[in-house]
Amino acid sequence: MELLFDSLFNGVAIGSVLLVAALGLAIVFGLMGVINLAHGELMMLGAYTTYVTQLIFKLPILKPFYNSYIIVSIFLAFIVSGVVGILLEKTIIRKLYGSPLETLLATWGVSLILQQFVRSVPLAYGTGLVISLIIGLFLPTTFPQKIKESINFKYFKFSSWIFAALSGVLTGGLISSTVSKLSRASARNVDVTAPSWMRGQVEILGTAFPKTRLMIIIITLISVIAITLFLNQSAWGMRIRAVTQNRQMSDCLGISTEKVDIITFGIGSGLAGVAGVAVSLLGSVGPNVGGNYIVGCFMVVVLGGVGNLLGTVFASFGIGIMTDLIGAGRLLSIWPDMPLPLSNTINFFATTSMARVMIFALIVIFLQFKPTGLFPQKGRMVEN
Amino acid sequence: MRISRRILAGLATASLAVTATSCGGGGTSGSFDDTVTVGILHSLSGTMAISESTLVDTEKMAIEEINAAGGVKVGGKSYKIEYIVEDGASDWPTFAEKSKKLIDQDGVPVVFGGWTSASRKAMLPVYESKDAFLYYPIQYEAQECSNNIFYTGATPNQQSEPATDFMYKRSPAAGGDFFLVGSDYVFPRTSNTITKAQVKQLGGKVVGEDYLPLGNTEVAPIISKIKKALPEGGIIINTLNGDQNVAFFKQIQDAGITPSKGYYVMNYSIAEEEISTIGPEFLEGHYGAWNYMMSIDTPASKKFAKSFKKRWGADRVVADPQESAYNMVYLWKQAVEDAGTFDDNAVREALVGQKFDAPQGPVEVMPNHHLSQTVRIGEINAEGGFTILEETGVVLPQAWNQKHPSSKGFACDWTDPKKGEKYRL
Repeated sequence: MELLFDSLFNGVAIGSVLLVAALGLAIVFGLMGVINLAHGELMMLGAYTTYVTQLIFKLPILKPFYNSYIIVSIFLAFIVSGVVGILLEKTIIRKLYGSPLETLLATWGVSLILQQFVRSVPLAYGTGLVISLIIGLFLPTTFPQKIKESINFKYFKFSSWIFAALSGVLTGGLISSTVSKLSRASARNVDVTAPSWMRGQVEILGTAFPKTRLMIIIITLISVIAITLFLNQSAWGMRIRAVTQNRQMSDCLGISTEKVDIITFGIGSGLAGVAGVAVSLLGSVGPNVGGNYIVGCFMVVVLGGVGNLLGTVFASFGIGIMTDLIGAGRLLSIWPDMPLPLSNTINFFATTSMARVMIFALIVIFLQFKPTGLFPQKGRMVEN
Repeated sequence: MRISRRILAGLATASLAVTATSCGGGGTSGSFDDTVTVGILHSLSGTMAISESTLVDTEKMAIEEINAAGGVKVGGKSYKIEYIVEDGASDWPTFAEKSKKLIDQDGVPVVFGGWTSASRKAMLPVYESKDAFLYYPIQYEAQECSNNIFYTGATPNQQSEPATDFMYKRSPAAGGDFFLVGSDYVFPRTSNTITKAQVKQLGGKVVGEDYLPLGNTEVAPIISKIKKALPEGGIIINTLNGDQNVAFFKQIQDAGITPSKGYYVMNYSIAEEEISTIGPEFLEGHYGAWNYMMSIDTPASKKFAKSFKKRWGADRVVADPQESAYNMVYLWKQAVEDAGTFDDNAVREALVGQKFDAPQGPVEVMPNHHLSQTVRIGEINAEGGFTILEETGVVLPQAWNQKHPSSKGFACDWTDPKKGEKYRL
């Protein structure tokens, strides 16, 4: 019983990392059909945001609130990755809708650019740049309707970009002069240390669980619930679903598909940022951190059934539990006196690398029989 | 305005510097009779750049020291050492290509280079076919002995064997069971094969073994295996590489696998540089085994650390691979001076038997092109260094490991033409 509980928890823990990483992709790739290879790098930006937030919270003014930096960084990471995602959509992906191969190449290029960016630009100025982007993209939308419609709106827009650039440079300079660790570019991996209340273990029903793992499960749960509510209950969620199902018809009915695309992509990217926070709690933060997850993300989305969030949830927990069952050789402890050839086989696959091989093989076999994944899309969209 | 002024100032300084060096260059070359150009080949870009660039820094420092002391004296003439730095780009075929370039195009008498075993294996055929000489500074899995490579890092019997012995006999977890964790490539697998044979000889038990694919940071299954295999604590031998260590130590601490609960990790790839990246708070109380540790309390060691900090910045640290790199430059210089020529074959003969008072203590080049070295076991402390617990005497290198089933009973000797790369003892 304890074994089952332990295995289930481990499976859920591994699965929730996969899920939080794949959730954004499930939206971008699943709902919009965009193959975004820069998804991992959007996660990486989220992880770096956590690192920057941690250092800023070490400043004397914010020191009393240090323990809460991880909560703040979840929101900041969502915004940072979301804004970079929106920029990506506006400049590159929008022109490439309907041509998956070009999107794939272009986003792969973007992923390389982003990796090199964090290597060779001091993080303080990177933060400044992101702040400029946020202000530049959102300030014009806050102007009153009258100005927006006026013929001189482009001048307003232009001047708000100047203001954005200035504030970006100022914050960049301010951060680099106060936090010396952020003032130099470095390709070195950096480290996020969880606040003390999140380190160590907590006892539930006699079994000890690592707190960081619990935190990641909670982050994942909240993200899944929030995104489900958003898609099913809000007006914009309804529009997103409408555009997913039938783009032309939605367009005819007066839904601004352009806006829907931006919002969908922004949210998908923002979720990648949240995943970055989760990942930064487990290992070190470096330019390649996202690349390690990207294959797993696509695997989860494809296995779950493209365009289906529920599928993604089931697929990631399924893979998580399988990883633990195979990788930790659990079957042996459930059934200790199984025949020798069988136990040898299980032992052979009971290492992390072999478990991965086994899981990929199982997924490939599964997709042979159900090419559309666990929960195939039904209805009109299939015909397109 | 401020920026443009800065640029102007920069330009002015640069032009001044150019004038200064051109004068200075003329001045210094006066005190030397000639120059000799050596090759330095490490990754300056890609994943290995962080580690390998520290070796470039150390080698440059050693060369500058030698030049400041009058250069290399060959046949009554003094030579100033100059160097060409090439980038292996963390890409193994590039290492082979750049080696060819350095040997054929630049005609260097010696190349100092490499870090990963994969890069060494890629370069080896180049040096053997051109009969050139590579100096390789990293602790590695051995099971190799080339006439064209000089290995200044530790072989497994100069690192992992004394460490295993210490863990099984004298550590707080003495007599406990072993669990082996490593990254999935040649060094951890070979090293663990040796450890398993040794633990068996000692009468201990290896209760589990797992390898993490490079780039993977999900260690949850490994943790549950460790907890299952070692419920009451025990010895963990860690040969994980680079960043995977961060994930491993963060997560085992959260899972309660700590020294206070009886779990002791012995590390073969964590030196001072890595401790500062991972964070001493995760590593305190665990162990490491190296030939050189920054905390060695001898004048030679202190001088080495001090000159490195002076040359490259007070926040820099020195570690075992850097010490090996430092030693090999000096050993090359001594061998050349003894041989009285830069010719490879003569230098190779003169190299064997060279002694050097290294920062770790005396080292000597053995007939198998490896170094005899001292082994130290250290406990990682809160300051991010090692508290040295014990020190062996000088340990002779075994190019062919005597505990590995495939090489038991073999040795290497390049001074005797009848013996060569691999002969039966």
